[in-house]
Amino acid sequence: MLKISGAAKIYGGQTIFSRFDLTVAQGQFNVLVGPSGCGKSTLFDGLTNVISLDKMALSWKGEALPHLGCHAAYMQQKDLLLPWFSLLDNALLPVKIGNQSLAAMTTMAENLFSRMGLKGYESHRPNEVSGGMRQRCALVRTLMFNRDLILLDEPLSALDAITRRRLQSLLLLLQTEFNKTILMITHDIEEALLLADEVYILSPLPMVITDRFVLDQEKPRKFTDPRLLEIKEKVLAQLQEGAHR
Amino acid sequence: MRPSNYLSPALVAVILVLWEGAVRLMEIPVFILPPPSTIVVTAVGRASLILPHAAITFAEIILGILLALGTAIPLATVMFAKPPLEKALSPFLVASQAIPVFALAPLLVVWLGYGIASKVFMAWIIIFFPITVSLLSGLKNCDPEYRVLFRLMGASFYDTFMLLYWPWALPQFFAGLRVGVSVATIGAVIGEWVGAQQGLGFLMIQSNARLQVDLVFAVILWLSAMGLVMWSLVGILEKKMIKWKPI
Repeated sequence: MLKISGAAKIYGGQTIFSRFDLTVAQGQFNVLVGPSGCGKSTLFDGLTNVISLDKMALSWKGEALPHLGCHAAYMQQKDLLLPWFSLLDNALLPVKIGNQSLAAMTTMAENLFSRMGLKGYESHRPNEVSGGMRQRCALVRTLMFNRDLILLDEPLSALDAITRRRLQSLLLLLQTEFNKTILMITHDIEEALLLADEVYILSPLPMVITDRFVLDQEKPRKFTDPRLLEIKEKVLAQLQEGAHR
Repeated sequence: MRPSNYLSPALVAVILVLWEGAVRLMEIPVFILPPPSTIVVTAVGRASLILPHAAITFAEIILGILLALGTAIPLATVMFAKPPLEKALSPFLVASQAIPVFALAPLLVVWLGYGIASKVFMAWIIIFFPITVSLLSGLKNCDPEYRVLFRLMGASFYDTFMLLYWPWALPQFFAGLRVGVSVATIGAVIGEWVGAQQGLGFLMIQSNARLQVDLVFAVILWLSAMGLVMWSLVGILEKKMIKWKPI
């Protein structure tokens, strides 16, 4: 279980969040939805030790940690692929840096490439393929971290709507097939409702959780489910209310 | 080829024709300004005299470049890895550029003799700075988001340097190397002017004193050709090492 308690950050006199608590149970896919600039990314930066928070008690699998630096894989909006490496070499970057067996992981990466529809593009360079393919490659790289916890920071928001829908089902594989524990931030409500076990609604600064929805519908989900549509309306209302506050 | 590609060769041709015509019409003596045709005849005809000298100058430049690479790359790397060191050293690097290096040439001859050592040293001082500065700024240019990615992967400084910083800095490194290579020729020739027994600079001074102006021009022609060859060698190396589009 990932447990964040009492996270606080004041930046330039502005309280970004104070006493922020969150838990993600093992194997769960939890999603934070909030308006842009509400402090979601600051929280993630604090979790990954990019910035230091003023206060935070953090534990993962019962072990208290200062940050998640070496325990979580991280994927964000930018694919951050290295232009001088092929797609396969990019995906294997965490393996080359870590001490994992390259041979075994290469086979795994190649399998994932065909699952993700990247077969035949292993030796292409990032600038030779589409944004959707680059992000799929970044997803394979995220799995190659070989870590049980995955932080997703708006991983699909740079993609067009059609590509995004297709990649959402691939993100779901992280949970259903690889049993990862996932914490994602997004501002796409539909995306949150399609993927999440629990959705947290965030307010603008200072960031607090204003509502929480537990979704037990079986995945993969479709937006024809009236309950999902009902929740979507509620969430939208919440977010609009937050915006006018 | 598009018409624009013909433009610069055409311009060169026009200048050469004007030069040739003017010299012939105005009957300017060869020891003042030889016509291009005479220069080419001398450059080719006296190749057996010029080439051994050219080989010496070429060797000086190449050694200077290698020495500069061998010192600039480690220095830029260390300065990049240790910011306090960069802070301490960069004033000296900048100040060293305020010294008119060519004014050092006579001293270098006194210290290092009439042989090639003083010229290699001269070339080295001149190339060293642009390579160090451009490589350092290329390394520092690296996108911080990539650094975060590498840190989360648990990468050591060595891994991060080899897989991220160095390839990232390569385009800027080559920009510096290209500047360095083109000024290196000047350094070596000036070193030879001041005091040498061989080399193209030495040959120029000798023929100038004897009013063999056509030979002076022929040497300049060979020097330019040499500079052009080295420039394109750097270009070829760059194409070989950078096969991607920069981010």
